[in-house]
Amino acid sequence: MTEPIIEAEGLAKRFGKVQALAGLDLVAPGGQVSAVLGPNGAGKTTFIRAVATLIRPDSGRLRVAGIDVARRPEQVRRVIGLAGQHAAVEPTMTGRENLRMVARLCGQSRRQADVNTAAVFAQLGLTDVADRAVKTYSGGLRRRIDLGASLVGAPRLLLLDEPTTGLDPRSRNQLWEAIRDLVAHGTDVVLTTQYLDEADQLANQVAIIDHGRVIAHGTPAELKALVGLDMIEVRARRAANLPALAQALAPLGSDQPRTDAATNRVSVPVATGQSAITAAVQALGGLQIDVDDIALRRPTLDEVFLTLTGAPAPPDTGHEPAPAAAHARA
Amino acid sequence: MTAVPIRAGADPDVRLGAPGAGMVATATTVAARTLRKYMRSPQLLVTSIVAGAIFIVLFRYIFGGAITFGAIPYVDFLIPGMVLTSVLITGTGTAVGVAEDRDQGFFDRLRSLPAPRIALLAGRALGDIIIVAWATAVTAAMGFLVGFRLDGTIAEALLAYALCLVCGFAFLWMFICIGLVSANAQAAQGTSMVIYPIIFVSSAYVPVHTLPGWMQPIAEYQPVTIMCNAVRSLALGDPALAGLGHTTTYWVILSLIWSAAIMTVLTPLAVALYRRSS
Repeated sequence: MTEPIIEAEGLAKRFGKVQALAGLDLVAPGGQVSAVLGPNGAGKTTFIRAVATLIRPDSGRLRVAGIDVARRPEQVRRVIGLAGQHAAVEPTMTGRENLRMVARLCGQSRRQADVNTAAVFAQLGLTDVADRAVKTYSGGLRRRIDLGASLVGAPRLLLLDEPTTGLDPRSRNQLWEAIRDLVAHGTDVVLTTQYLDEADQLANQVAIIDHGRVIAHGTPAELKALVGLDMIEVRARRAANLPALAQALAPLGSDQPRTDAATNRVSVPVATGQSAITAAVQALGGLQIDVDDIALRRPTLDEVFLTLTGAPAPPDTGHEPAPAAAHARA
Repeated sequence: MTAVPIRAGADPDVRLGAPGAGMVATATTVAARTLRKYMRSPQLLVTSIVAGAIFIVLFRYIFGGAITFGAIPYVDFLIPGMVLTSVLITGTGTAVGVAEDRDQGFFDRLRSLPAPRIALLAGRALGDIIIVAWATAVTAAMGFLVGFRLDGTIAEALLAYALCLVCGFAFLWMFICIGLVSANAQAAQGTSMVIYPIIFVSSAYVPVHTLPGWMQPIAEYQPVTIMCNAVRSLALGDPALAGLGHTTTYWVILSLIWSAAIMTVLTPLAVALYRRSS
């Protein structure tokens, strides 16, 4: 199971004026969950669609399970299952009818389709709702049926584009469980997400993508270590004191302190955690500022992204591709 | 905890992946979805029956004896044209449905499956034409109930009906293309209105020679005119009654040639657009 399930090299794709993919290189190893993490407009959906043979890259090479996507897309379609951002099921049909339809379109006979449909329902715990019309389903159920539809053809590679966007926490967890279960039973999963905790919780490998390029990749732990460092985090009683705190802490850090007005916090990355705490307390000592909390912790992926791109993630425009914006690279 | 789950590689036959569906299975499966969707949408069912009923009432009781056209009442001239054009007009629904399927990600799923593209689209057209066939048959039944009678033989009437469906199927590919290139469902609705000038500048409602001079060359040779002439000749039993030269066979064959030509151009275009749609 060491053969990579996806090999992308130099993928480029332009839509009108927007360069959605700008030389994307990625290798997703088999046998695990790989996550492509990035804000909206980064190129995640474009990448997934290229892998799912829905769009052709302008240049670059792309192989899925060793099959060249440009030369043999129809073979790629035989081994993938796609659950896109919209739940692509027919609302007037029941869950069972929907899955049977997909199974038939994968080339299964009627009998096979029935058997596999029932198996997928059992696997996802959806047997109770299988014979209700999909339009009666809640959002979470609809996503799970969508996942079921992508599974009924027994794909080797499951492609999930932002699988839990818009779901309540309980549905999210259920979906995560289902995904972990699939991986345990031999399906490779590549998912895109804008949720850092999702990549952290689910993925063995994470590729961070921004403006159509992978800017960092590794395990979640490696990526956190990439930023290098622990963080000293100070929470002030009053927001007005934040600038003074930041100024006091700045000399300790290996990078600029960051201020979060919403949570009254200043964070600064530091080289050696233990002595940094002492130094921080000393730095704050003479300030006469009320501090609610001071802590030493490892960075989150959020901070990883900020460090790597040198800018906060762009706001959600709801569409991809988003206009390219100039920004400083770390 | 759960039953034996789906797993790739467990079944030697699926080790290389799903086998992929054939043309017929694909088209019928996709058509089945369109049919189910229609049959389970009560408002669609009711609307088409009501529209058919209005049609009947209009022609039986309102236009009824108003005008004669040569040897036949105008109504007899008009109805074959109306049936054909109403078949064509339902294509606007197809354009909208195609745009919606694309916008809602349904096409993404279909296109990621190992099923032939052309069959995925043909299935859409097939489902739609079956619905049209049903709606037209219901309208015809209502017509007979209120007293319409055939001028030609039953065989010719059935052929006329079948020809309407064949021509409708050919034009569906135009509507599919419109749906695929439109930015959204509303744009698709708007663009597909192009069918209206096409049917008005034709022999659907009036003989071509009564149209304004500059329209006549266009009207004379465009496919809807040819098709209307064919359907009319079959329905009336004799092209001369419709003021047409040539034989019925001539018009029917010409219509079939036009249908084939339309599909030859538009079907590959639709497939190409489908492949590219994103």
